[in-house]
Amino acid sequence: MSPLDTFLFTALPYVAIIVFLGGTIYRYRATRFKYSSLSSGFLEKRTLFWGSMPFHWGVMMLFLGHLIAFLFPRSVLAWNGEPVRLLVLEVAAFIFALSVLWGLAMLMIRRVGSARIRAVSSYMDVLILSLLMAQTVLGLLIAWNFRWGSSWFAASLTPYLRSIFAFQPDIAAVSAMPWLVKLHIVGAFLIVLAIPFSRLVHVLVVPLHYIWRPYQLVIWNWRKDRVRDPESGWTVTRPRNT
Amino acid sequence: MDIRAQISMMFHLDKCIGCHTCSVACKNIWTDRKGAEYMWWNNVETKPGTGYPTKWEDQDVYKGGWKTRGQDITLRGAGKLRGLLNIFHNPHLPVIDDYYEPFTYKYLDLIESPAQDDQPTARPVSMITGKPIDIKMGPNWDDDLSGTPDFARRDPNLANLTPAEQEAMFQLEKMAFFYLPRICNHCLNPACVASCPSGAIYKRGEDGVVLINQKVCRAWRMCVTACPYKKSYYNWSTGKSEKCILCYPRLEAGHAPACMHSCVGRIRYLGVMLYDADRIQEAASAPEDELVDRQLDMLLDPFDPEIIAAAKANGVSDSTIKSAQLSPVYRFVKEWGMALPLHPEFRTLPMLFYVPPLLPVMASVSEARAADQKSKMAPMAKKWEDDWLYNTSTEELWGTIDQVRFPIQYMANMFGAGDGARVTEVLKKLMAVRIHRRDVTVGDMKPAKVKATLADVNLTPEQADEIYTLSTLARFDQRFVIPPAHREQAIEMLDFTGDAKGSVGFGFREQPARGN
Repeated sequence: MSPLDTFLFTALPYVAIIVFLGGTIYRYRATRFKYSSLSSGFLEKRTLFWGSMPFHWGVMMLFLGHLIAFLFPRSVLAWNGEPVRLLVLEVAAFIFALSVLWGLAMLMIRRVGSARIRAVSSYMDVLILSLLMAQTVLGLLIAWNFRWGSSWFAASLTPYLRSIFAFQPDIAAVSAMPWLVKLHIVGAFLIVLAIPFSRLVHVLVVPLHYIWRPYQLVIWNWRKDRVRDPESGWTVTRPRNT
Repeated sequence: MDIRAQISMMFHLDKCIGCHTCSVACKNIWTDRKGAEYMWWNNVETKPGTGYPTKWEDQDVYKGGWKTRGQDITLRGAGKLRGLLNIFHNPHLPVIDDYYEPFTYKYLDLIESPAQDDQPTARPVSMITGKPIDIKMGPNWDDDLSGTPDFARRDPNLANLTPAEQEAMFQLEKMAFFYLPRICNHCLNPACVASCPSGAIYKRGEDGVVLINQKVCRAWRMCVTACPYKKSYYNWSTGKSEKCILCYPRLEAGHAPACMHSCVGRIRYLGVMLYDADRIQEAASAPEDELVDRQLDMLLDPFDPEIIAAAKANGVSDSTIKSAQLSPVYRFVKEWGMALPLHPEFRTLPMLFYVPPLLPVMASVSEARAADQKSKMAPMAKKWEDDWLYNTSTEELWGTIDQVRFPIQYMANMFGAGDGARVTEVLKKLMAVRIHRRDVTVGDMKPAKVKATLADVNLTPEQADEIYTLSTLARFDQRFVIPPAHREQAIEMLDFTGDAKGSVGFGFREQPARGN
C-alpha cells in the first residue's frame, strides 16, 4: 500500500464524488440552459448512427453489469456457479464492450474528421471520447487477460467500492490488483470527475418522466383562482415549467 | 365544456404577392443569430413546389404529425415508446442539407484584395464551418417555379393527380402558381408538444401560443420530427430547438406580429377564437373526410350568451371575449366559411387558416373582340379597348370554377384533406363576391344572375359587401384584433419575479454560447 495507492484509491474517489455532486448540482442551478449534450445529429446523421447506437446501447448494458455486480455480488457469484452461465455472461459483456469501442471509434472519426462537427466541438468532447475509449480498451484487456472478471469483481472489488461509500475505505484488495485493473478503476473515477464539466451531464437529465406525463402540456400565466389567492403574490407555487 | 381562447390567424392567399417581406421582418427580429441563420420561422413558398425544408409535406419521409390507431391517434414518428427508443439516433430527423447550408460571402476580400490583374470576387463561405462552399440550395430557390423539374414536379401534393393533370400544370400556356406563406400554426393538438421528452414545449393557456422553454429543452430534437409543418427548428449552435413565438412580446404589448405588421399585400389577419378544449381529442381522431368539419365545430360562437357565460366561468377575461367577437378570423373561418386549415390530415388541428387563391384558377387569358365586350357594358361603364381579357367566363354561372386551369384536386390536397368540394365551395364564394361587386361597380350583369350567384353560395348582398370590405379595405385594427395581455394579473408571464426578488436584476442572463 504505497502512498500512490492511497491517493488513487482513497483520495481520488472522494474528490471525484464530491466534485461530481457539487458540480452537477451547481451547474444545474446556475447554467441550466447548457445542461445537455450539444447534439450534432442535425449536422451529420449517417455516421452518427453507426457511432451513437452501438456506443449508447453497449455502454448502458456495461454500466448495468457493473452496477449489478456492485449491488448484488452474491447473485452474480451464484449465477457464475454454472460454467455455461459464466461463459454466457462474459461473452455477452465482451461483445457489448466491442460494440462500445466500435461506436467510440466512429464517434471520434466523425468528431475529428467532419468539418461541420468540428465547428460544434470543444476540446472537452475529444477528451471525453479519449477517456471513454481508453477505459473501454482497458476493460477489454482485463476481460481477456484476467478471467473471469465478473467473479473476481464481485468478490474483491465490490467490497472495496462499498467501503468507499461506507466512509471506511479499505484498499488492501485493490492495492494487490494488476496495474491494468488499477488503471481501469482510476479511469472510472476520472470519468465521474469529468461529468459536471462536460456533455456527460446529459445522462442525468434522461427524460424518463416523459413516460408518465400526459402528451399535451398547457401552462397558464394568469390563472385567476391563483392570482386572487391573497398568499399567491408572495408564496405562489413556482412556475411549473422551469 | 372547457372553453379556452386561442389567438388564431388567417392568410388570404388571393392577396399574397410573394414578396417575402414577412420572412425578412421575422428574420431581422428573431433569427439573425448564430445557429439560427438557416431558420425561417416565417417562410413563403411557391406552390407547386417542394417548399422548405425540401418536401416537408411528405410524411413518408419525415414522419411528422399524428396518425390514427383504431379509434385513437398516435404520433407518427415520435411518441413515448418510439421517441425514447430513438433517443440515441433519430432516423427521421431532417438534417441541415434538407433545409440548406447557411452561407455568406467574403465581402472583405473585395476591399482588402491587393492590386491584381483580375477583379476580386466575394467567395461564398459556409456559416457553419467558415469554409468556402458551393451553394446548392437556398430557402426559396424554387420561387416562381424556378428550377421546376427539380422542385415543382416533386411536390408531394401532386401525388394523387393523374399524369395528364400534372403535365397540364407545367405547360407554358397553362402554367400557374400561387404563394403559400407559412408560420407556426399554433395547433390545438400540437405534435411538437406531445413529442418533447423533456416537456419543454407547452401551449400557453391564455392565448394558445406554443412556446419552447429554452432552459428545459435538452436537445432531443423530437419536436423537429413530430411537427408535420417542420416549423420547429434545431439551433445547432446552442443545442436548443426554436420555433415561431407568434411575436408574443409584441402581442403582449398590443402590437401585431412582425410578419403580419409588415405584410405588403395585407393578406394577414389575426384574432381570438374561443374553442372547446374537451373536444380536441375527438376532433383530432375524426375520420379524414370529417376532420375540417369537426375542427370548425370546436370553434365556438362568441356571441352566444351561454358560451360567454361558460368562458367567463373558465377564467377567460371579458376583454378577450370582446376580442373574439371582433375577430376577423372568426368571420372568415366560421361566419363565412371561406378559410381552411393547411393539411388537416396531419391531425394537429392547426389554427392558421387560409383562404385558397382564386386567381391562378380563373386567370386564363383568352381573345375577345373589343366590340363584343363593349356591347355588354352598361352605358355608364368605361370604354372597353382591350382585345384580350382574363377569361372569367361569366356566361355560365360557375364557368370559371368548372373550367379551372389549375387542378382543384391539387388545392384540395393542401386545404381539404383531398376533398375538392370543400375548396370549390370557397372558390365559389370568392367568385360570388366578385360578381356581386362587379354588379355594384360596373353594372354589366343581369340582376337575376347576380342574385342566383349569391344565393347559390348562401351569401346575402350585405355579407358579400362585408367580405369585400374586410378583404380589401380593412384597417389595421380590423385586421389585427389583439386581446389585452393583462400583465397586471399574470403570476409569471416572462419570468417569475419572485425568483429574482432580493437579487440583482431579473431573469435569464446566461450567454447562449456553448463550450461543453
